[in-house]
Amino acid sequence: MSDSKDFVTGVDSNAKKAPRRVVFITRRISAQVKAVEEETLQTFPEVLFRAVVAIEVLAVVLVWIALAFNAPLEGLADPSHTPNPAKAPWYFLGLQEMLHYFPPVVAGVLAPGLVVIALIIIPYFNINIEAEGVFLKDRDRRLKIFYAAAVALCVFLFLFHVYVALVPTLIVAAFMILAGQSSLNSRSTFRRYLASKPLSFWIMSWFLFELIVLTAIGTFFRGPGWSWVWPWTRY
Amino acid sequence: MAKTVTQYFDDLRDTRVWRSIFRSGTGTSTLHRSLAIQQNVFLHLFSTKVRRRMVSVGATWYLGTLTLGTFLILVITGILLMLYYHPSVPQAYADAKDLQFVVSSGLFLRNLHRWSAHAMVFLVFAHMFKVFYRGAYRPPREFNWVIGVILLLITLLLSYTGYLLPWDQLAFWAITVGSNIASAVPLLGNRIHFLLLGGNSVNANALLRFYVLHCMILPLTAIFFIAIHFWRIRKDGGLYAHPSEPATLRARAAAVGKEAQ
Repeated sequence: MSDSKDFVTGVDSNAKKAPRRVVFITRRISAQVKAVEEETLQTFPEVLFRAVVAIEVLAVVLVWIALAFNAPLEGLADPSHTPNPAKAPWYFLGLQEMLHYFPPVVAGVLAPGLVVIALIIIPYFNINIEAEGVFLKDRDRRLKIFYAAAVALCVFLFLFHVYVALVPTLIVAAFMILAGQSSLNSRSTFRRYLASKPLSFWIMSWFLFELIVLTAIGTFFRGPGWSWVWPWTRY
Repeated sequence: MAKTVTQYFDDLRDTRVWRSIFRSGTGTSTLHRSLAIQQNVFLHLFSTKVRRRMVSVGATWYLGTLTLGTFLILVITGILLMLYYHPSVPQAYADAKDLQFVVSSGLFLRNLHRWSAHAMVFLVFAHMFKVFYRGAYRPPREFNWVIGVILLLITLLLSYTGYLLPWDQLAFWAITVGSNIASAVPLLGNRIHFLLLGGNSVNANALLRFYVLHCMILPLTAIFFIAIHFWRIRKDGGLYAHPSEPATLRARAAAVGKEAQ
């Protein structure tokens, strides 16, 4: 029997670097776990009370909104009369904006599919669990990879004329370059903050930024034939 | 001495009938309060104690709680709306009009349902990003993050299927635009599109399918995953508390100080 080991033994007390640890109890050490003691509240009634208050405040706000604003109800559905523009619900307008530039199989299937897969696998990468600043270790090599990836993405977006997605990408890239030029010893607090941020932070922030920008543009800035309109112009 | 309201309530809680339902009794001890959670089929999903700093607004912004709040409002208003609604063409549109002009408070009911639905989609996204930026997705909470992603998808589907039900121009064309994306799936696209709509275009069959999905299948699936989501919070060690926050550091310093003595 020769089992190959699929683990590495080592001594580490850092929960981020070694999330799964085994406690070895040697002689003369009692099996007492040193837990950090923290002040706690009873769920009943204290935490439940807070939750109920939070939900009641929410209900009051929503009731006010429901009293003040009527839900839209247009004419009877008519398959022979297509409104221009025909818009999806607001949370899909980012997708619809992408459909304007890319074929449906890319913008409608591939892109959202990859986003869902990316979201699911986030916690299964040790690099996300260690969460070290992306450029702190192996800086030169990582900067090279980052520049290559950023330039490739920007050129891709530029060639497809997706300027609405290009601008947020350039802004996030600028912050990442600043992070690359900063370290944990930088003088400004903001640069120390940027330097400490891991790769997952940058990807998620880029995604969030794009999501907000594309959804806002699809909702407020698109009119007949998906042309650019200003929110205050009537069409 | 006249009895206070609290005393009357305590008397009620001590009656035989009440005790047969809620077994924890009237005490205010830690044991009684723990039992109040543990012996309730719904509340036992939660842990009996929560770290004090995790109930502060800044820790979570109560986004998960608020999402549950919108879900509860949607279930209640949704059931009431079902009483006035027929999922058929063109009766569905007439029902939506009746809710607007004929049914008492029907307009308010539909408004509340619609705005709460938008609020829920927004809150689910906000909750996801808040959890991410706090790092609360890390082990041992990784699977609860996955459940959260599933709940995000269910929320989007719930909102999307509900969008068709008024059967007005807005609903019809939003669903037409959305469901056409399904056709773009390689190989199976047209079959998925057909399965979703019960036809090649948005029609009466699609309305019925979306109604069944919206009122039965998706809410039940959502409740199933919500229960797991809540239960996993307890099983994974409670709400995620960041180890570098002042409260932990102070507690650690105190522990070290005790050791040194």
